[in-house]
Amino acid sequence: MLKARVHSIETMGLVDGPGIRVVVFMQGCKLRCAYCHNPDTWDLNGGFEITVDELLSKVKRYSIYFKHSGGGVTLSGGDPLLQPEFVIEFFKRCKEEGIHTTLDTSGYGIGMYDEILKYTDLVLLDVKHLDDIEHKKLTGYDRHGFFEFLDAIKRNNTKLWIRHVVVPGITDGEEHIRTLANFINTIPNVEKVELLPYHVHGVNKYKEMGIKYRLEGLEPLSKERLEELKNIISSELKDVPVK
Amino acid sequence: MKFNEWNGFVEGLWTEEIDVRDFIQKNYTPYEGDASFLAPTSEKTNKLWEEAKKLIIEEIKKGVIDVDTETVSEINAYKPGYMDKENEVIVGFQTDAPLKRIVNPWGGIRMATQAAEAYGYKVNQEIVDIFTKYRKTHNQGVFDAYTDEMKLARKSGVITGLPDAYGRGRIIGDYRRLALYGADYLIERKQQDKKNLGGAMTEETIRLREELTEQIRALEELKKMAASYGYDVSKPAKDAKEAVQWVYFAYLAAIKQQNGAAMSLGRVSSFLDIYIERDLRNGVITEVEAQELIDQFVMKLRLARHLRTPDYNDLFAGDPTWITEAIGGMGVDGRTLVTKNSFRFLHTLVNLGPAPEPNMTVLWSTKLPENFKKFCAEMSIKTDSIQYENDDVMRPIFGDDYAIACCVSAMKVGKQMQFFGARANLAKALLYSINGGVDEKLGMQIGPKMDIPEGEYLDYEDVMKRFDAMMEWLAGVYVNTMNIIHYMHDKYAYESLQLALHDTQVERLMAFGIAGLSVAADSLSAIKYAKVKPVRVDGIAVDFEVEGDYPKYGNDDDRVDQIAVELAEKFIEKLKKHATYRNAIHTLSVLTITSNVVYGKKTGSTPDGRKKGEPFAPGANPMHGRDIQGALASLNSVAKIPYTSCMDGVSNTFSILPDALGKNLDERINNLVAIMDGYFAQNAHHLNVNVLNRETLMDAMEHPEKYPTLTIRVSGYAVNFTRLTKEQQLDVIKRTFHERV
Repeated sequence: MLKARVHSIETMGLVDGPGIRVVVFMQGCKLRCAYCHNPDTWDLNGGFEITVDELLSKVKRYSIYFKHSGGGVTLSGGDPLLQPEFVIEFFKRCKEEGIHTTLDTSGYGIGMYDEILKYTDLVLLDVKHLDDIEHKKLTGYDRHGFFEFLDAIKRNNTKLWIRHVVVPGITDGEEHIRTLANFINTIPNVEKVELLPYHVHGVNKYKEMGIKYRLEGLEPLSKERLEELKNIISSELKDVPVK
Repeated sequence: MKFNEWNGFVEGLWTEEIDVRDFIQKNYTPYEGDASFLAPTSEKTNKLWEEAKKLIIEEIKKGVIDVDTETVSEINAYKPGYMDKENEVIVGFQTDAPLKRIVNPWGGIRMATQAAEAYGYKVNQEIVDIFTKYRKTHNQGVFDAYTDEMKLARKSGVITGLPDAYGRGRIIGDYRRLALYGADYLIERKQQDKKNLGGAMTEETIRLREELTEQIRALEELKKMAASYGYDVSKPAKDAKEAVQWVYFAYLAAIKQQNGAAMSLGRVSSFLDIYIERDLRNGVITEVEAQELIDQFVMKLRLARHLRTPDYNDLFAGDPTWITEAIGGMGVDGRTLVTKNSFRFLHTLVNLGPAPEPNMTVLWSTKLPENFKKFCAEMSIKTDSIQYENDDVMRPIFGDDYAIACCVSAMKVGKQMQFFGARANLAKALLYSINGGVDEKLGMQIGPKMDIPEGEYLDYEDVMKRFDAMMEWLAGVYVNTMNIIHYMHDKYAYESLQLALHDTQVERLMAFGIAGLSVAADSLSAIKYAKVKPVRVDGIAVDFEVEGDYPKYGNDDDRVDQIAVELAEKFIEKLKKHATYRNAIHTLSVLTITSNVVYGKKTGSTPDGRKKGEPFAPGANPMHGRDIQGALASLNSVAKIPYTSCMDGVSNTFSILPDALGKNLDERINNLVAIMDGYFAQNAHHLNVNVLNRETLMDAMEHPEKYPTLTIRVSGYAVNFTRLTKEQQLDVIKRTFHERV
């Protein structure tokens, strides 16, 4: 039986896709984003094991909430793309049960993208940075992997929400946000854009794990600044709502 | 029409006999629209509320504003009181001044004098003498009859919170009857009932004849009380203003006479809507005036007070009166019982700001109009002052004219009453079965003597067998203790006014309760799925070593959730084996309000790893921090506790930070509606919704003066956070916040 390594399950996720969602945080991520709030999901061998059947029967317990809210299941992480066989099998079974499937990813996987997207209703795609050098500084990787996955999304005509973490001093410039809008305008099927404010809830995890936190001392993004940037990106985007 | 005051109403059964439900069904206007019709406060209301707020803030500083220590509580013992006569559209206070408290010695003189003394007041010595030497109180009656076993069970806290020293409450007079029929007709009907009560003078008949006389007397007193304010309530109310005033007078008379633990209002909003609709139709009032009536009515309810000891307030948290108003719900004919007045009642939370009283309780049905659902959710998000109960599980049992007493106790208005009975501590009872019936804190033999389980580790089957026997014993002591209490309460502190507003042949519910359900379930799960070694000192298990992990209640895991279900089902079955006073129907609740802190204090370490003195989880909630799969898993676990076994309510408190509920107000509203639809569709019973942020709470702890009406919902009830003890505040903050990080 196909098994996944999972960090944790949040049965009431209300901010990771439409409606009420069970969010499964999967283990493993290639990227090492400076602001990552889930460093405890980096290790592909961490967490606990769960089979497709076990996870599905857990998720099905919340069908009634999905029905009332237009929700479903979201695979997040980590990056679920690092466990493609499981994602394919699990999403396939979800679709058989009529459960809406969402993939929350940065796009850095190990292939099988077309097969994954066949069973994916919605992708929450995290855009880290728009500049190659900055991208590498921020995440450890250049943008090549991201475009590879984006091509697959375009090819499969998958619905898409773009997410972008706004980090003070790194991705909170007005010009940067305008460039982001222009980039998004080139992508079809974008239903929504979410600007996520940088926060520090994850810092403690670094301390516990004994890893150096690269953005030590950086203050969270203020609500006011976030609103300003949302207004800017809204005015630049063509027919895409901003949240 | 029998009365001119009824002109414009559709006739029916209700015109021939007392039948408020029939009046509502024939005359009410269901409302499926949105909140856009609502009006702001009137000039008068603004002025009055400013005065009231000043008084409330002063009261928070001083503890109480004043106590009338010279008077014994009675419906007509006090001169009329006003705050600002010119601006008061609805009049009446408990005493001759707002927030001045009543001394009520009928439940127990000691409790009354102690409560006064705690705030620096001394009850007139003559009153003390009378209620010590010449007039027996409920409290003395109970202790005259208690057995040694009962006293011990009470002392150890295995049965706790018993209403044996104070008013039992949980009785809802049908206050609407005064408005619809007027006092004279109600008296006439009671006299008729008394006349029909002849034949053999058995104890039962004699008692009822005496009670009916008391009821009639109370209605006469009510008339006099209203007259002192310049109103004649002998006749029905002729318009909306009078209807609101009449309902309030009836309620006011009840809280002058009684200081019961919960003095709930019932289900008056849609009833009053009929009068408001008639006046609006006839151009008698405007929407602003309609809202003014409700705002001012609610303001009066917010100023109701009882004199209680600080201990009592510790147990129940804050300074509560539980003026519960049941709002919304569906009719048995499929029409919604939501009216415009349901909106107006909830709208007071905006007009007057959030507050714990009256205890706004929305009867939720998945079939409620979508507009109303969304309005409720929005009010919850903005004011944090609403609790929700599942109309779809209560309606089949109680019909469509029931109300809620206290937090979760359903009863048919005017047709059923409750004998309130606090709760049995199942976590402690489990310890008794491990300790041979000896109390782990007192070191005394409280339960039946048993041998101590053998072996290094506890064996599930063995412990279950012992626990079963212990619950069997506990159920017997519990029912019989309650029988004594309610016999004496009827005898020495009879609620004549409230019962005058009931049918003469009233159906009685005897409400038992469980405390520590999640502790007991997790403890048994630990014994079953992990290895639990008792650490014994002088034979008593003072601590437990738990080796390995075990399924914990609150994660939607049947292995442990079914243990909780089984405990509730078993306990009610055992209670039912024992006959009740006046043939009351046995009911059970899993409801502990904030008293979970006190119960925890009185209970030693438990096999689930909880250390001695640590608080229990409130109500049917999972233990703090053990529900690790998020809020829905937690809700699903609680939803399994069957309402059919726990007909007195299964209370669940749900806290969430606004940011976790959605990214904007629309999303938050839709999500909250869907959460409740999903939760209640599984036949869950009750949900307190706390949409709050940790910072607000932390700040309120540091600066209570900044938050005089900050409301949070704690298991079944909204309290003023600033009135919680430090311990309770910490407990609230510690409680699982379902914030995804």
